Amino acid sequence: MENRPLEYDYTVAKWFMLTTVVLGIVGMLVGVILAWQMAFPAVNLMAGEGLAEYTNFSRLRPLHTDSVIFGFTLSGIWATWYYVGQRVLKVSMAESKFLMVLAKLHFFIYLLVVVAVVGSLLLGISTGKEYADFEWPIDIAVVVVWVIWGMSIFGLIGIRREKSLYISIWYYIATFLGIAMLYLFNNMEIPTYFASGGIGAWYHSVSMYSGTNDALVQWWYGHNAVAFGFTVPIVAMIYYFLPKESGQAVYSYKLSLLAFWGLMFVYLWAGGHHLIYSTVPDWMQTMGSVFSVVLILPSWGSAINMLLTMKGEWQQVASSPLIKFMILASTFYMFSTLEGPIQAIKSVNALAHFTDWIVGHVHDGVLGWVAFMIMAALFHMAPRVYKREIYSKSLMNTQFWIQTLGVVLYFTSMWIAGITQGMMWRAHDEFGNLAYSFIDTVTVLHPYYTIRAVGGTLYLVGMFLFAYNMYKTMTSSRRVEESELQNASPMGA
Amino acid sequence: MDIGTLQAYAYFFFVAFLVVVLYSYIYHLYSSQWKGKRDYEKYGNIALHDEITDQPIETISKNDDKKVGGINE
Repeated sequence: MENRPLEYDYTVAKWFMLTTVVLGIVGMLVGVILAWQMAFPAVNLMAGEGLAEYTNFSRLRPLHTDSVIFGFTLSGIWATWYYVGQRVLKVSMAESKFLMVLAKLHFFIYLLVVVAVVGSLLLGISTGKEYADFEWPIDIAVVVVWVIWGMSIFGLIGIRREKSLYISIWYYIATFLGIAMLYLFNNMEIPTYFASGGIGAWYHSVSMYSGTNDALVQWWYGHNAVAFGFTVPIVAMIYYFLPKESGQAVYSYKLSLLAFWGLMFVYLWAGGHHLIYSTVPDWMQTMGSVFSVVLILPSWGSAINMLLTMKGEWQQVASSPLIKFMILASTFYMFSTLEGPIQAIKSVNALAHFTDWIVGHVHDGVLGWVAFMIMAALFHMAPRVYKREIYSKSLMNTQFWIQTLGVVLYFTSMWIAGITQGMMWRAHDEFGNLAYSFIDTVTVLHPYYTIRAVGGTLYLVGMFLFAYNMYKTMTSSRRVEESELQNASPMGA
Repeated sequence: MDIGTLQAYAYFFFVAFLVVVLYSYIYHLYSSQWKGKRDYEKYGNIALHDEITDQPIETISKNDDKKVGGINE
């Protein structure tokens, strides 16, 4: 009987790292195409009239949102889960064949879902519900993937050596439970072919909800998809990766617990702010507004905790591009969790709703917070899973500044565009006649749409630098010893 | 009392109750530390000492300790 030292098994983490990078590029490339289409509509025909059906804005838009949410972000969440989960629970995937098989199944069924999603959306097969576009067969496959992930989380927790669950694990569990509940309820749908006795396509369905109820459930889902997809798991990441990379324990563990429960309780009630001045009951709109403002507290609780974790170690921000990514992510988290509540205030919403300011808000959150944190996590993981140093520090720095410039151009142009748009829509003369027609706003907004497309393109360039750096790290970077992997990640020049 | 008034009272007391719960939780966290019942801050070290060979911050059971360090094949 041979006795070899026990090691963490990163096989599945590595696979998900790969899909994070690939689907990140796909999602953001499609986003950039859309941005150029908004500025120059001729881009809709970029592949000729014959293929216009597949390249027009409306066909590509769900592909952009879904590949960033369910492709890039989910892959990032799972890559980090299969890394962080083992480490903070102090148990290796190699210790349980069952969990290893589950994790591999998780990955491969997820890949099938990705193929089905990309194919169906390109063919125009969609339920028409924003961020819940998948038809029922795909929904069922998504549920299978999710249940497998749940079994993997609780299975790993079940065989752990570390008695207390580190705060990141709480956040991963919340991600699992939150999305499970949201996804099931919002995707309740009736397959029309079977319900009607054979009419229409077999994959088509209609929602179980209609009218105002549909809107309520949809935005309870939509907003909390942001909560449990773009916030909670990303907070899980920063609570592990920033302390680990900087070598500083979380500034206040007690504050992290308090912020966790605060976030869990408050976030679920804020979705009503998507439906202000709509047909939903007024008290729900007010509740959505109020809870959105209250949400600043737990969000800033986590973000400030992260910034304070760097207390006395701020020189690391200057010296390490990896820390830079995380500190900027945390700062963007503070920024977008302040911006969101401001937009949810009824009087501000009257101006902001349906304008490009909302689009700007989503992107400073996703590009500045979510994507920066996921990329930082992957950079930290790479030397540890491939046993090689990060290929190039200067490339990381270049990527950081190109992408930061990209985000700034994106959200500033959308602020100006959105507020201009809102003001023009409501401008009227002394008799109440509207001062502008819709096309007047389109003309005025054109330069800002172009700036946004430039910002998005810069971010995409950064994504390619990221992919190249990761590829070189994986394949040809200097090999490192275990002793070099304690805190700050080793990086080549 | 009509249903609207009842809802308003219920809403107020529910919010007041939750505020009490929140502050009680903060008090619980800090008082546990003062009284020496539990040092929450030590859990921050779980992330820092996360090698599989590191000693757990709190071991789940003494019997498990012997498993750390090797797989038998």
